[in-house]
Amino acid sequence: MTRHLLSIDDVSADDIAKLFATAAEMHDVQKREVKKLPALRGRTVINLFFEDSTRTRSSFEIAGKWLSADVINLSAKGSSASKGESLRDTVLTVTAMGVDGLVMRHSASGAAHQVAGWLDIPVVNAGDGMHEHPTQALLDCYTLQRQLGGPGSLEGKRIAIVGDLTHSRVFRSNVKALGKLGASVVAVAPPTLMPAGIAEWAKADGFATSYDLDAVLPEVDAVMMLRVQRERMSGGYFPTSREYTVGYGLTRPRLGLLRDGAPILHPGPMNRGLEISPEAADAASSRILDQVSAGVAIRMSVLYHLLAGEESA
Amino acid sequence: MAEPAIDGRVVLDARDISRALTRISHEILERNRDAEDLVLLGLHTRGVPLARRIAARIEAAEGHEVACGALDVTMYRDDLRTHPTRAPHHTVIPPGGISGKTLVLVDDVLFSGRTVRAALDALADYGRPAVVRLAVLVDRGHRQLPIRADHVGKNLPTARSERVGLRLEETDGIDEVRIVELEGASA
Repeated sequence: MTRHLLSIDDVSADDIAKLFATAAEMHDVQKREVKKLPALRGRTVINLFFEDSTRTRSSFEIAGKWLSADVINLSAKGSSASKGESLRDTVLTVTAMGVDGLVMRHSASGAAHQVAGWLDIPVVNAGDGMHEHPTQALLDCYTLQRQLGGPGSLEGKRIAIVGDLTHSRVFRSNVKALGKLGASVVAVAPPTLMPAGIAEWAKADGFATSYDLDAVLPEVDAVMMLRVQRERMSGGYFPTSREYTVGYGLTRPRLGLLRDGAPILHPGPMNRGLEISPEAADAASSRILDQVSAGVAIRMSVLYHLLAGEESA
Repeated sequence: MAEPAIDGRVVLDARDISRALTRISHEILERNRDAEDLVLLGLHTRGVPLARRIAARIEAAEGHEVACGALDVTMYRDDLRTHPTRAPHHTVIPPGGISGKTLVLVDDVLFSGRTVRAALDALADYGRPAVVRLAVLVDRGHRQLPIRADHVGKNLPTARSERVGLRLEETDGIDEVRIVELEGASA
């Protein structure tokens, strides 16, 4: 394992297997009466969120607490960052309080990389702009792998990632992670939400692209729906919500195109009725809530591997 | 944790190990009269197959199943920060749980006592056994904590410059215990 987790590039297939094996044990902790392991006792982790988040922040918070770390949450709103303090000063100030690990979300792509260069403690990227969200990709793959039959089961599987690819860090991280685990990806989006230069990128990273969701759904082993990120869109990506749903939403009729039992994933929060219908979100094959509980296990695993080991690390 | 030994002298062979486990099984039964409320928990890695073997012997003697599980103590070790992290093994608590039970921890080699201390900490998170006992195949001494075993297969006085290499059929393809002299080891 590397010192930080900033991108899926930081972890090898072996590292991912190790993280998943540990996560499986961490998952069992959730079923216990005493949901606590002493591995990070005496360590302090700070969750520094410059961007709104409920599930990722609380997931990291629970993960840290179940490992017995002291967890502090800071959001940029209402903190000195909103008073004009620079990113560097904010980060150096909060970590100077004896913090052992930093979990950071920022709206600027590459912010976590930059911060990692200023600090000598492990940094976990909890989402940076349109760049990466490595723990989300890990928990997605972990959820899928468990669903498809355990370690090694993603090998040779075909997974559709559908929706707002342009703005999606989840997509960028998932393409890499699924590739490392031997799955092939088909990325589906309307032309306006395909990132610029995706053809060369798809060639380099070995994934396929399509504009036709109806043609893709019958041939995949699982489907990952992405949230339409209205807050990142200045308009003009698609004419109306209705039109998006008709072309790219996982509607009730489209559920019938999927293979029996093919898992449905969504990183949340969902726009019900836009990219995913209530029938799909609540279907028996929906793994959306499993993703949430896997999120805690994966983040426990990441924090454990980055923070519990040798002090000189 | 003992690593597979490749040299040194054999101090216990397969038959010695088998006899020791049979004796431990009978001792456990004698202490508990019936095996109804008995739970055996093997400590990873080699304590787990040893616990299974003891459970099988008790089952053969008593004619009913004995609850047997596995406990990993990685997260509870006090030396976590001095080693690179490793993925924990799978902990299996038998369906009936451990609260109110007579629990026997089973390990291969008892040395410093730190693994057993970690195991006692781990147990507290799973329930409250009525009694906790400790069974080990080999006690090699050099305790760093006030811990002793209730059932010992073989007391093996060793020097600190020696290592006890224990191999089991299930994990290493052979049953044997060797004492290996570590080169350049300081006492």
